[in-house]
Amino acid sequence: MHKPGNKSQIPFIEQNAREIRADIVRMTGKAGSGHPGGSLSSADIVAALYFGDVLRVKPDEPNWPDRDRFVLSKGHAAPVLYSALARRGFFPEEWLDTLRQLGSPLQGHPDCKKVPGVEVSTGSLGQGLSMAVGMALAGKLDGKQYNVWVLLGDGECQEGQVWEAAMAASHYKLDNLIVIVDHNGLQIDGRVQEVMGVDPLPDKFKAFGWHVFLVDGHKVDCLMDVFRQAMDVKGKPAVIVAETVKGKGVSFMEGEKDWHGKAPNAGQVEQALKELTAV
Amino acid sequence: MSGMKATRDAYGETLVELGRQNPDIVALDADLSSSTRSSVFAKEFPERFFNVGIAEANMMGIAAGLAHSGKIPFASTFAVFATGRAYDQIRQSIAHPGFNVKIAASHAGITVGEDGATHQALEDIALMRALPGMTVLVPCDARQARLAVLAAAAHDGPVYIRLGRAKVPQVFPEDAEFTIGKGLVLWPEPEVPGRYDAVLEGERRFDVAFVACGITVGLALEAARALESEGISCVVADMASVKPVDEDLLVKIAGCSKAIITCEEHSVIGGLGSAVCEVIARNHPVRVVTLGINDEFGESGPAEALMERYGFTSERYCQVAREILRV
Repeated sequence: MHKPGNKSQIPFIEQNAREIRADIVRMTGKAGSGHPGGSLSSADIVAALYFGDVLRVKPDEPNWPDRDRFVLSKGHAAPVLYSALARRGFFPEEWLDTLRQLGSPLQGHPDCKKVPGVEVSTGSLGQGLSMAVGMALAGKLDGKQYNVWVLLGDGECQEGQVWEAAMAASHYKLDNLIVIVDHNGLQIDGRVQEVMGVDPLPDKFKAFGWHVFLVDGHKVDCLMDVFRQAMDVKGKPAVIVAETVKGKGVSFMEGEKDWHGKAPNAGQVEQALKELTAV
Repeated sequence: MSGMKATRDAYGETLVELGRQNPDIVALDADLSSSTRSSVFAKEFPERFFNVGIAEANMMGIAAGLAHSGKIPFASTFAVFATGRAYDQIRQSIAHPGFNVKIAASHAGITVGEDGATHQALEDIALMRALPGMTVLVPCDARQARLAVLAAAAHDGPVYIRLGRAKVPQVFPEDAEFTIGKGLVLWPEPEVPGRYDAVLEGERRFDVAFVACGITVGLALEAARALESEGISCVVADMASVKPVDEDLLVKIAGCSKAIITCEEHSVIGGLGSAVCEVIARNHPVRVVTLGINDEFGESGPAEALMERYGFTSERYCQVAREILRV
């Protein structure tokens, strides 16, 4: 059975997470728009998935039928996915400079027709988990061994469709489905708990029949441990509620809701890159 | 005309036929499988059938995911829920990526009957037609419904198939073929058997042309027979493929008819009538009168009574033709 990478890979994953963060800042800065906050909060999660041998993918064969599927349900975090895919060799890194520009494959929200490695088009929140349930059902029907991974936002869990899909995943006993919630606590209009409370998410998922894990979403070794455990869950889907900080890694963006959907200017890009490369 | 049969019944049977041929055919429903007839498929292929409960949005998303990973999903519920309740899921999760999902929506139109306005989809064609890449099929009877379901399964891309609750007479001829993007002239009857396209090729001119889809095709044929006996010459074209619509045929019809009457069990806004007007206005303007539901909701009642109340009768079609021609 497939096992993710071991401890020796952790510095490599962390290095990639830093580079992904730098890409996010550069890309959104160049584009003059985009969503840095929720991209930065999920950088360690995405880096662990793509650089810790968690996802079995073939960059030169993006539609390999047996690949693990990754669904970025919180599609506004597109920069984090684009950076990881480019760095894994799904497409040239030069594409990253074209984010959100006319004619670019890198649309503001992921378009699976335009970008190798992007499984489905997302951006209208709450839809990714349903599609992932469909993929997981197809895998069961075909006797395939692939897993389907989904990254949800915590604000996104306000969408009713998430819970329709959560009910179905449990009903169909989809143990090939693993959800990670990027629990950064902020959404466009403010704190998630103030706009419309979704907590306690672990209890809600438990009540829906899921196996629940909690993790610090910025500690790569913890993430890797919990990914291994989630892959071993049998008979039910698994959810990992990852505690994160919105804007993580850039001091002036951390915990600030205004950086949900605002691009840094040239000076801010410079400062952010200084912080990210200082380690 | 042989026995009466609902298009939804043809759907269930054809889905089973497809399921036997292709193991990648799967079906989904949202707790209406006995009404949509997907239950027939569920009985024979329980492992390939997913009843997601009363959760239409989730059903469309799961169908998208199944299509993404190589299946050919048919998702069924009532048309009003399929297109209204799950519009964004169809738009974002199915149409935008162009996934190979077939939405087979039953209980469309006014003939839902007693359940009333909340259950009568009268704008579903408009919603689906506006989505890029979506094929929209509105079969007129059980025979054509079978052909439309087979064509949808063979087509690579999203398809919306509009089905009805009510039993309808067979009007689609035994020797007629159905092709996505093609309309068919059912009246005047072909001089050479099977050559439905040849009728418009000569120098003949017609007083009025009915362009119809769904249950109105039979009404238009009845109207044409009655009008011919009064000396009014008619064309009746079946336009089950509302999108892509048969532009060539419509332009030909416009070229040999004094006026066109479109007929559909749908709002006059955004459906077949609008599709015809768009083509005719661009290419060969003649007068078009659009018959359907006039920008209003339906109501409860027996299907036959509602048909009468909302003008779905051959007499009304004849009357409109006479008014246009002022005879």
